[in-house]
Amino acid sequence: MSAVTAAEWIKAKRDPSWIVKLFDWKPFLVIVCLLPAVGLLMTFLTYPLGLGIFLAFTDTTIGRRGVWVGLENFEYLLSDPIWWNAVFFSVFYTGIATVGKFGLGLWLALLLNQHMPFKSIIRAIILLPWIVPTVLSAIAFWWIYDPQFSIISYIFVDALGWRETNFDFISTEWPARFSLIVANIWRGIPFVAISLLAGLQTISPSLYEAALLDGSTSWQRFRYITFPMLLPILAIVMTFSIIFTFTDFQLVYAITRGGPVNSTHLLATLAFQRGIPGGQLGEGAAIAVSMIPFLVAATLFSYFALARRKWQQGESND
Amino acid sequence: MTDPAASTASTNSASAQPETMAWDSRARRMVMLWIPLGCFLLILLFPFYWMTITAFKPNAELYDFRNHNPFWITSPTLDHIYLLLFQTSYPRWLWTTMIVAVSATVLSLFASTLAAYAIQRLRFKGSEYVGLAIYLAYLVPPSILFIPLATMVFQLGLFDTPFALILTYPTFLIPFCTWLLIGYFKSIPYELEECALIDGATRLQILRRITLPLAVPGLISAGIFSFTLSWNEFIYALAFIQSSENKTVPVAILTELVTGDVYQWGALMAGSLLGSLPVAIFYSFFVDYYVSSLTGAVKE
Repeated sequence: MSAVTAAEWIKAKRDPSWIVKLFDWKPFLVIVCLLPAVGLLMTFLTYPLGLGIFLAFTDTTIGRRGVWVGLENFEYLLSDPIWWNAVFFSVFYTGIATVGKFGLGLWLALLLNQHMPFKSIIRAIILLPWIVPTVLSAIAFWWIYDPQFSIISYIFVDALGWRETNFDFISTEWPARFSLIVANIWRGIPFVAISLLAGLQTISPSLYEAALLDGSTSWQRFRYITFPMLLPILAIVMTFSIIFTFTDFQLVYAITRGGPVNSTHLLATLAFQRGIPGGQLGEGAAIAVSMIPFLVAATLFSYFALARRKWQQGESND
Repeated sequence: MTDPAASTASTNSASAQPETMAWDSRARRMVMLWIPLGCFLLILLFPFYWMTITAFKPNAELYDFRNHNPFWITSPTLDHIYLLLFQTSYPRWLWTTMIVAVSATVLSLFASTLAAYAIQRLRFKGSEYVGLAIYLAYLVPPSILFIPLATMVFQLGLFDTPFALILTYPTFLIPFCTWLLIGYFKSIPYELEECALIDGATRLQILRRITLPLAVPGLISAGIFSFTLSWNEFIYALAFIQSSENKTVPVAILTELVTGDVYQWGALMAGSLLGSLPVAIFYSFFVDYYVSSLTGAVKE
């Protein structure tokens, strides 16, 4: 095997054709290497992003090229109670779900950070809700939330006898909203827990030993060592989590499709409903574009609010 | 056992102290670690248990909680799976999903390996900015892009074909894979490449013979991640595919199996179970790569 490679190598050296030379010329090689990735991203990400913002200012519908209508779509949205409701629910959903995911995820990460048997198996099992296609686990939740045959209702009504009637999970406004948030938290916990666990494992044990010698309580160790050391990773995970929760589509589309009476529409599902089945591409694009300010604000907030401490402590970038 | 020992030792406080502490720490560990962990596992896994058990239950048991314990099956049946495999186009959907996921993964791996190599190893002017721009691309969620992409896909004549998905999935796969691979390339000693350069190897030879073989774990991680993400993708597949036979599994289950007012819960759950199995099996083979890529990408 080594003989073969050596022979090829000598040949390349003896006879450097112009193609070989060209590919060894650094500027050309850089361009060739970046071309597939940058080309794909420019065509299918940057251009559609611009096109989406452009469409938001037109009245395009499916099958008809739109004309420029200025801010008309946005003016219409501002007077549309369904859009306001979607804005409210998107913010509410993101807020509650993020708090739930990070509270429970941090707890789970702290549990997993202790010494225990079967640790790697437990860790592997915990990631399962995150691996499985969201829509498919959402369908399982839909079945768990079934008005007639819900297993949770069975436990509370028939097995325990604590309630007289079945739970009403998804057919009225507020229970439906909270049911969706619970499903979202369920799906988000593994990702948060495993990422924070990685952060926990980088904290040096000597810090805890020093704190123990100084007579710290376990709460003090968490508050003054674990939490500050975890903040940089927390900031990144939270930024991602907020962005993907705010623009969530699958869970809501699979479980309630925005119902009952449009009360559980997120901006993404509303944009889909108006844009693709409704055919109002311009209006759908306007709804999608109206998510951008929220996303930028959430990103800046979670990044700067949480990462600020890192600069204050004067740590260089790691 | 410990009771008499404790009572006799209570007179001697010096020996009682470790005894009570040992018991205390075991009980404490039970309450603080195993009970919460057990609850977490129970809640995280229950939907899968429920999915599995529903998929094998005959309808008589499925809709009758009074006479049958809902947590167990007395007469398991394969009816739902039979219905799924032979009376719907489920195998076809699985096949389409597989092709789309594999092609999108290969395409993204190819593009992101080259990009990561250029950014990390060729080190041209402004390479950090290109890296940052690719990273920022990951923060653009598909929910913002699907409407303009739908019009583009339509104009390119790709609407309702698997190519629409194969070409659009890399938009969220490439940023992730590139960052993962940049991290991996960073961990490979640069001296190895310098040696090869001195020996007269061309840059592409170095990439093919030295860097890539050493980055295989990174490539596997990126590959698994891309495969799972493309298998799970929903909104593009929902927006760009219309005809029943070209749909991917997640979309098809939701749009083709949910018909009318009475839902076929058995078949729906069987479909969800079968649709989850390929990723779950794939994942179970490469758990460590998966966990390391997840945590590695976050740490970057």
